Amino acid sequence: MKKKYMNPYLAGILLGTVLLLSMYISGRGLGASGGIKYCVVAITGAIDRSHTEDSPYYSKYFENGEKPFRNWLSFEIFGVIAGGFISGVVSKRNRFRIEKSPRITNTKRLFYAFTGGLLFVYGAQLARGCTSGAALSGMAVLSVAGFVTMIAIFGSAYIFAWFFRKNWI
Amino acid sequence: MGPLTSAFAFSEWLNLLTAFMIGIGFGFALEQAGFSSSRKLVGMFYGYDTTVLKVFFTAAIFALVGSQILNYIGLLNLNQVYVNEFYVYASIIGGVIMGGGFIMGGYCPGTGLCAMSIGKVDAAVFIAGGLAGAFLFAETFPMIQGIADSGYRGAVRINEIFGISPGLFSFLLITAAIVMFWLAEKAEVRFARPEITNEL
Repeated sequence: MKKKYMNPYLAGILLGTVLLLSMYISGRGLGASGGIKYCVVAITGAIDRSHTEDSPYYSKYFENGEKPFRNWLSFEIFGVIAGGFISGVVSKRNRFRIEKSPRITNTKRLFYAFTGGLLFVYGAQLARGCTSGAALSGMAVLSVAGFVTMIAIFGSAYIFAWFFRKNWI
Repeated sequence: MGPLTSAFAFSEWLNLLTAFMIGIGFGFALEQAGFSSSRKLVGMFYGYDTTVLKVFFTAAIFALVGSQILNYIGLLNLNQVYVNEFYVYASIIGGVIMGGGFIMGGYCPGTGLCAMSIGKVDAAVFIAGGLAGAFLFAETFPMIQGIADSGYRGAVRINEIFGISPGLFSFLLITAAIVMFWLAEKAEVRFARPEITNEL
């Protein structure tokens, strides 16, 4: 029998403690989209080195012999995957499945999942951070960028929610 | 004395090990909160589950107040903690694109990684889309660099804009959060969808 989720306010304190530890130890907040970017930069560099050397965007990640995989953000997201898995083991929630509303097909769910992931990370690169790196960590250091990004993400999602309501409710 | 990486020169492996350990805590907290479920996350936008708001604001305020106390008693130098740089247009346009991605995909990048780790196939596909999105951004960067770099305001703090102290702004934020939590509890009753929430 799977366990219930943690009380949200308690879970917030747990998440806040992790964020505070990150600030205290490493002098930075949490991130997710940045780690995804470093992985893509590393993979692109491994496949086509000349492409990354010629591009002004990629080349800065290889300056002075730097390796994009050996980066704080990359290792942090490997940890996120490990930590999520451990939590799933503890609460007996680890199993393969597609989560969706019974009203839509698996194909439709996966199509929107892919499109949503593409848009989210694209937008996060533009805004220089996602819900973790810009909104959550940004708010914790009172950065204007954090508050503006948070309002833009959640405010627009409320408007878009009406158009996509049949996918969820 | 904090941040510790400034006080003590961390070797590369110790720095990366720290990142990995912090990531474990991050992923564990997200999963325990229920952020490994897309139908729970999007409940925020239809009112039947407002866990996102409660966890998000509790965490941000806990770290905000905690870091200011550590700063006050001299344990953490907040001037050495990274403050996000503000690019007006990039933050707003990027944020709106992310909002669209959120409601289509049902996850954000961190929660998507966390959901993938417990076997959610839709989350794995979301992350695959995310890798494609990062690749597309890198390839289209020359075209959108103008938008990305315009409206630069520097690493500006919100209390400075209002001309108030960090402590007073934090107090106002806590007050706003309590009102939002109260509204959120009301919304969960008003927009309740037991056929969804009982499955989560």
